[in-house]
Amino acid sequence: MPEFILEARQIACQRDNRTLFSGLNFYLHSGQILLIEGVNGAGKTSLLRILTGLRQPDEGELFWNNESIQDLAAAFYRDVAYIGHNNGLKDTLTAQENLQYAQALAVPTLSIDEALQQVQLNGYQNTPVRYLSAGQRRRLALARLLCTHKTLWILDEPYTSLDKSSIQMVEQLIIKHVKQGGMVVMTSHHETHLPETLVQKIELRR
Amino acid sequence: MTLLIAFIAVIRRDVLLAYRHSSELINPLAFFVMVVTLFPLALGAEPLLLKRIAPAIIWVAALLASLLSMETLFKSDFEDGSLELMVMTPHPLSLLVLAKVIAHWLLSSVPLLLMTPFIATMLGMDTDVMIILLTTLLLGMPVLSLIGAIAVALTLGLGKGGALLAVLVLPLYVPMLIFASGAVDAAMSGLPVGGHLSMLSAILFATLTLTPLPTAVALKMSLS
Repeated sequence: MPEFILEARQIACQRDNRTLFSGLNFYLHSGQILLIEGVNGAGKTSLLRILTGLRQPDEGELFWNNESIQDLAAAFYRDVAYIGHNNGLKDTLTAQENLQYAQALAVPTLSIDEALQQVQLNGYQNTPVRYLSAGQRRRLALARLLCTHKTLWILDEPYTSLDKSSIQMVEQLIIKHVKQGGMVVMTSHHETHLPETLVQKIELRR
Repeated sequence: MTLLIAFIAVIRRDVLLAYRHSSELINPLAFFVMVVTLFPLALGAEPLLLKRIAPAIIWVAALLASLLSMETLFKSDFEDGSLELMVMTPHPLSLLVLAKVIAHWLLSSVPLLLMTPFIATMLGMDTDVMIILLTTLLLGMPVLSLIGAIAVALTLGLGKGGALLAVLVLPLYVPMLIFASGAVDAAMSGLPVGGHLSMLSAILFATLTLTPLPTAVALKMSLS
């Protein structure tokens, strides 16, 4: 199993001339979960967007397997999947069509039916996304991670609008992914029951 | 190979979306037909004048119809987060952008091209002039989508960028409009049109190779 490493060196982020955080360092390798905590407006989402490369850090640099992600550019995205506040789903397309599109842009792994089964959306293959509930959409977005081959999952509040049993299911999926050599960076306001041995925590304070 | 799969998937998805949202497909076409039909009504009983200015009417109407549909190019993708997914693929963003523009051209321009012969006949245009007009539209309409894409990508983060979009884009359409109407004018007077059409092709290939890159950069800027 290849070992992957995500490293942040002296990352700083400013917004509107206010420094949200600075001098942030961390080191994450395959099989670990990084949980980012903090109050509203502490810069959790900004940090995640910096980790995805969508946003440039105001200071510092990020390394993926010891190569700067700036230099890696598109090659970095072979290994990274991101779920933001928006699910990135098309309302008028069916669950299956949305996943087919995601698979076409990446390396497919699980079949669409299996991925839907794992997020308990079996039978919704041909339902347009606009008929799904908010929680079901969130689960469909997570199914996208399962049906494409990605090492690093970056999840912004993955538990939003999920019920208790769904949260448990997603936790199990995250643990399974990490045990298979993947890694996860996530934020969450919910109480998590992830095993302490796998989790690193960063708390952003103002 | 995977790039080709992704390229086709982007086109396929946009065509499918337009098919499900058929109003987006029909609106520009209806706009085009209505604008053109208003001219004979406003001009009154002047068939010769109408015949003389028909190509200009069709070109300007096509240009505005294309602009009308332009804003939808990245808007919904930006709002629902699928644009982030498109940026975060191992493929060059400029090529995926090109796929989106091709889809936009297929959906906005091809229906207009198919409608033009009927409209041209209605305005009393001669067949040989109409063929030249269709050729200029065929070469020129992809340019509209390609140049428009840069402006749409730039104005994406601004919310309602409609008017700004027109101000940014319309001046850039001018060279193409000049060569297109030059070709049709030459055809009307029975002169050779080769030079004009070559210039139009040159503009098409220049924009085809040069615009996807700045569009991709502008999209990344809008997302950060």
